[in-house]
Parts: sequence; C-alpha cells; structure tokens
Amino acid sequence: MSTVRARAAGVTGHRLFWPLVVLVLLLMANAIYRPSFLSVELKNGHLYGSLIDIVRLSAPLILVALGMSLVIATGGIDLSVGAVAAVAGAVACLYISEQPDQNSLGVVLTAVALGFGVALLLGAWNGILVAGIGIQPIIATLILMVAGRGLAQLIAEGQIITINSGPYKVIGVGHLLTLPFAIVIALAVTVLVAVLTRRTALGMIIESVGGNAEASRLAGIRSRRITFLVYVVSAACAAIAGFMMTANVSSADGNAVGLWVELDAILAVVIGGTALAGGRFYLGGTVVGALLIQTLTTSVYAMNIDPQTSLLFKAVVVIVVCLIQAPAFRARFRRRRSVPVTPVEPVGTEKEQVPA
Amino acid sequence: MSERHPVLTMTAISKIFPGVRALDGVDLRLFPGEVHALMGENGAGKSTLIKVLTGVYGTDSGTITLDGAEVSFSGPMQATAAGVSTVYQEVNLLPNLSVAENIYIGREPRRLGAVNWREMRRRAKDLLARIDLHIDVTELLGNYSLAVQQMVAIARAVDIRARVLILDEPTSSLDADEVAQLMRIMRQLRDDGIAIIFVTHFLDQVYAIADRITVLRNGRLVGEYLTSELPQIALVEKMIGKELDALERLDEATSGEDRAALESGTPLVAADGLGKSGSVAPFSLTIHQGEVVGLAGLLGSGRTEVARLFFGADRADTGRLAVDGTPVTIRNPVAAIDRDIAFCSENRRTEGLVGELSVRENIILAMQAARGWLRPLPRRRQDELVRHWITALSIRPADPEMPVRNLSGGNQQKVLLARWLITEPRLLILDEPTRGIDIGAKTEIQRLVAQLSDGGMAVLFISAELEEVLRLSHKVAVMRDRQLVTELTNDDTLDAARVMQVIASGSSQEGSVPA
Repeated sequence: MSTVRARAAGVTGHRLFWPLVVLVLLLMANAIYRPSFLSVELKNGHLYGSLIDIVRLSAPLILVALGMSLVIATGGIDLSVGAVAAVAGAVACLYISEQPDQNSLGVVLTAVALGFGVALLLGAWNGILVAGIGIQPIIATLILMVAGRGLAQLIAEGQIITINSGPYKVIGVGHLLTLPFAIVIALAVTVLVAVLTRRTALGMIIESVGGNAEASRLAGIRSRRITFLVYVVSAACAAIAGFMMTANVSSADGNAVGLWVELDAILAVVIGGTALAGGRFYLGGTVVGALLIQTLTTSVYAMNIDPQTSLLFKAVVVIVVCLIQAPAFRARFRRRRSVPVTPVEPVGTEKEQVPA
Repeated sequence: MSERHPVLTMTAISKIFPGVRALDGVDLRLFPGEVHALMGENGAGKSTLIKVLTGVYGTDSGTITLDGAEVSFSGPMQATAAGVSTVYQEVNLLPNLSVAENIYIGREPRRLGAVNWREMRRRAKDLLARIDLHIDVTELLGNYSLAVQQMVAIARAVDIRARVLILDEPTSSLDADEVAQLMRIMRQLRDDGIAIIFVTHFLDQVYAIADRITVLRNGRLVGEYLTSELPQIALVEKMIGKELDALERLDEATSGEDRAALESGTPLVAADGLGKSGSVAPFSLTIHQGEVVGLAGLLGSGRTEVARLFFGADRADTGRLAVDGTPVTIRNPVAAIDRDIAFCSENRRTEGLVGELSVRENIILAMQAARGWLRPLPRRRQDELVRHWITALSIRPADPEMPVRNLSGGNQQKVLLARWLITEPRLLILDEPTRGIDIGAKTEIQRLVAQLSDGGMAVLFISAELEEVLRLSHKVAVMRDRQLVTELTNDDTLDAARVMQVIASGSSQEGSVPA
C-alpha cells in the first residue's frame, strides 16, 4: 500500500510527468475536436497523419533545442540560433541556385557542407566571445542574433532565394523507411548528442562547468574549451534545422527562417527540466518540451482558435506547465494539502515584509 | 533556573530526508536570558534542527512551542516576524545596499508615504551605537568586514524584537578581537533577556559564554547540560561518542622521522623567488617527498596565495618553479595536475565542489578531467573507487549518488580530499582542510595527512590553528603581510608560542635587525 503510494509519488514527482500529462491532454483535446486526429495511415509506403505531422514539424525545434540544452547547461544561452539557421539555409540555397543542375546530389551535398561550415564558424565566433573574451552569453549571442539576420540578407542580396532541387527538398519533406526524413534526422541527431554527452564524460563535465565554473577549473577541467565547444555544437544543430526549414519551402528568406526559434528552444529546454542557471541537463526532457510546443502550435491552427488569441493561448499553457513543474509551487500546494492543522499565530502585531 | 518558563521548546522533533534520518526525537529547551550552545559533530543534526525551527524545513513529527503556544513557521520570514531570528555564518544581508538600508529594509521609516532617509540613518546609527559599533551607516554593507556585517545582522534581528536569536557558527571567519567583540554583544543581549542559540565548533567559546549545552549526535539528542557541570573532555566524548586519544597517537606517527633522509636528494617542488604582484611577495620554498610543510600565519597573510601559485590557480609573474629539479612553468591547474600536484581549496563550496553533482561525480571529477572527456572512466571503475574512498574516509551518508550539497561540511571536505587522493598526487596542497568541521572528522583528516606523508606524499598544509600545523608539519613556513618571513624546523624546541612570536614580530631571530 505504502509502496504503491511511494511509487505513485515517484511517478508524479518525475521531471517529465507534468509536461507529458499536458502533452497527452492537448492530444486528447485535438482528438475530441477532430476524431481523425489520432489516426495514422500508411500511404505509398509512407506514414501520414496529424501525429506524424506534429513530430515532423517539431524536428527543427528539437534540433535547435538540443544544442540549446548544452549551452544552457554551461550556464549560458544562445540567442543566435535562429539567425544561424537563416544564414546556413541561405548559404546552402544560394549555392544550389547558382548551379546549372540543381538536382545533382553532389551539388546538394556541397551546399549543405558549405552552410554547415559557415554555421560552425558562427558558432566559433560565439564561443570566442563567451569563452575567450568573457562577454556575457546573452550579450555575445545577441550580437549574432542581430548581425546574423543581416548576414543572411547580405548573402541573398536582399532577395528570397528560391530553388528547385529535388534532393535538397528531401531534407524537409522526403521520406525514409516510411518516416518523414526530417524525423529521421532529428532522431539521429538526438541519439548522436546523447551518445556524445552521456557515453563520454562530456555531459558530466558540461554539468560541472555549469554547476560551478571556478571549482571545475580548479579540478583541472578546461572550462573555456568546453564552453567554446557547446556554442559550436549549438550552431551546428541550428544549421541542420536551417536546412530543414528552407528545404520545406524550397526557398530561403533571411528574415523569416528560424524567426523566434531561439525563444521556443529556450522554452523547450526549460520545460524539459533543465535550469537556466546551468548544471544538470536533460535531453529527453528537451525533446518532450519541443514536442509539447509544436503540439500547441499545431493545436492552435487545427482547432481554429482565433489567430489574434492564439499567442495568448500558447502563453497560458506554457505558464501552466512551468508552474506545475516548479518545485516551489508544488511544495506550496502539497503543504497546503497535508498540513491543515496548527494555524500559525503571528506573535507580533506588526508584520514586516522581510525579503529573504 | 528551573522555575522559569522556557521561551522556546522543541519536543520530540523528527525529520527524515530520503535515505537519512536527520533528526530523531530531538528535544530542545531555551530559557530567556541564556546562551544555549548547540553542539555536535558535522552531520549531527544541528543545522537541520535550526532549519526546522525557523521553518525552512517542515517537521515529520514533534512540536515547537513559543511562549507556550504551539507554532509552525512556514519560513524564516514568518519566524522572524514571530521573534525568532537567525544570523548565519554567511551573512544573509545584501552587500550592495547601505548598512542603514539593510537594517530597515522592508520596514523603512516613512513620512507621507515616502521613505524618511534621514530618520532611517539616525535610527540605524543609534541602534548600532547601542552595541558599540560606530560605523558610517550610509556606506555599503559589503565594504565592511564579515565581523561588522554579522554585527549589523544581529542589530537588525534585535531591532525587530527578536526574543530568540540563533547564531549559526558566527565566529568561524572572525579573528580573536572580532570574536571578543561579538561575545561582548552576546552577553549584552543575554542580559536584556534575549535567548540565544549559539552553534559553534570552538569549545573555548562555548565555555566562555554558554550557560547551557545541548549535544546532538547522529540526529539524536545526547543530553542537555549546564556548562558549569560538564568538563570539556566530557563534552567532546559526548559529541563524538568515543574516547579520544587519537591526537596522542598522531604525535607518535610524526615524531622519530629521519629529517636528514627527508631532505637529502632533489626537492620534489622548489619555488625560487616565486611571486605575484598584488598577491604575494616573492618567496622561496622547497618541499621534499614525504615532507609535510606547514604554512602558518594570520588570515590574509598570503597563505592561500602561496598555495594558488604552486597549483597554477593564479599565474606567477616573477620567479621560477622546479619540479624534480626541472624548471617548469605552471600556468594553470591543468599543468599542475599534470605534474601530480593537487589542491584542496579553502572554500569548499565556491572553489571546491560542484554542489549539484553527486558524491561520485565530485570524487571522480579531477581524474576524469585529467583523462579528457573522450576517455570516460568506466562506470564499474568509478563505483569501485568511490566505494573504496567512501569507506576509507567514512563519508556519510555513504550514498555515492547523493548530491554533494546535501552533505555536512566535514563530509564535503572528505569528498574533496577523495577527489584528489584518487589522482595519487605527489604533492597535496591542503588549504584549511579542517576549518569548520568537527573534532572527529578533524582528527581523521590529520591522521590521514600523517599516513600519506609516511607513504611518501609531500603535503603543503595550511591552517590557522598553530597546534594543528605543529602537530603535523616537519617544517613550518611563517607568513606575515603577504611575505614568507621565515622557515622553522619543527624539532622539539618549536612551540606555538615561538611561531606566534615570529608572526607578531616578523623575524625569526630574537634581537635581529628588522629589514
């Protein structure tokens, strides 16, 4: 009996319990609104359905949020991911658009490699500003958040680059083994990042740097290198997301690609249980957070919620998730439930508001 | 005394944390106008008891009554409002506000809705004058020493009609004069009828001021005693629960060492004119294999700075360093660790441990850092090592996966030691390894140092306690005003008085001409 209760408490106390509950509730609400929502069918060897769509559409956000998790774990933040995605997408699309045969696989691979390379440079730039020069991450990456958009515009010469490349389009809307290719990529990168951090000591070292940078340095960790590295990884993840987003629409708009994705990514990381102060990070949580946010976005569209109120709706759900996840909020709730006795008599007549 | 009513009683308090019974049926009575010492080793439950009292933690069972009425505070704010104030070792005020603002924050004197600054300053000045503290109340609090900050915190607590004042290790970072001043204030408050709970590791201070002592051990109440009826040695026995003859044994371990054998051969580490401007004046110091070199001196005399230069935590701007006779440049900790030098820093929480990580992760951190992140230490090897050191150093609770911030100070210190011992260093630098920890753990650490040096490890031992330095060291380097003034060989003739004389005069020879 008590073990059952203890186990139940273990489940409800889990970091991901409430985000998952909200995710399931959202899906159920959609299913009630439109019963066909949950159906997944196999057409021409490809899986189709609203659920699949949600996962496919959340793929870029998952990628960006994975990189963001590592940056946040070191106690930093990367505001430039949206701009980096735009630059990487613009570079790739520009290269493809200038080639005579846009459908050549070689061309697309070169384009992706170029975009990726530029993104790594941008990540290194962030890394140098933060780890090398010691600028606060929020300021350092804000620079690129603004400058990156300009860079993307510059690359496209102020135009929207449109391309007509079959192989490139596959990144966004193609299929592999019945699954949308974007999902496969997101899955692969998730596994890669998980292996990179959890099968090596990198994850622990990142958490150590984020938990206490000076103590880590005195333990012999090259904190700066680690910090540099996470910004590069974050930019790499953003680049792949950028390819996906531009491939989806076969065009690169420097102003629109990845716009505000950094905010969704930060949100996904926080919903996933990683603290903004740095330290422990949870990749699984981040993925759930990204799925939750995308489900929310999709629901707003699918349920014909007035576009004027949709952002507000999104905000309310996010606040609810964050609140029920916060230990302080839950503790207040629990205390109120389980300790109904001993009303406290304030002894003094005057009540001071003493900040802790 | 017994006919008076206690202002505060805690009865049969229990508190359980996951895997630990932190408090088990503990009682505490507190009478008005007394100083009541709460004693116990690290992990005995003192901090937990105070946190339960002030509402930081809820209780699992037991009752608290204040003036005969049962209370249950939901947090320190409510406790403060009810007259139970706490002053912590790390002062819980705001260093970026002025002294007056700190005292009156949240209850500023007002006139027509606006803060009456002049009145606030005047009242703050008067209040501090009552405890003989004459400072500029418009100055930022952070610009004053920790001792002054503590007194400001006490003044604030008193001003909000505290009837119970909890002083949690207030004297740990204070020098002798400051302690004396604090004690004077405590006596004054006691005479005004305030009940004071005094938590400390310093036995002398307890006997100097406490009327009554409550001893805890492993979360249980050992007993409540009148200070006058409890000899010091009996108190120590009650705190650690066993006869304490370890210190004598330790002396035998270090005596009879063959000094000549130690000093023959190339020194393991030799600093020649090493220094850093603004930090420590150039000094020369050699450390041989198997040698314990003590670094004595007052707080702020440059002891820590010397250690940091050896470890590369700071970069020297003058002088040379040689390891095994080979000149080396140690630019950063990584370079020092490569040369088998380890450094347990003084500030465990800010410069030592990563609180969020587990005991296991903290222990393997330095070894893992040396291997690089691409070569993770296999989990089985980690568990082996960690289990070994948890047992060897009796780290409690013996749970490798517990976040290290949940451990008590002494156990945290042991975790930090374990981190460096698994790297098998040749030179171990210990900066105040026994500060703020209880006698039991202190003795264990001292014994460990003796053992390690017998095993051939060189140790640079920094401590404010001269007895400790003298007990362990083969030679003592004395620091004064950021200079290494002299080296003293620790033979039978050297005693604390002699070292103190050097610290005070800055010279090693009686009657020598001061530089």
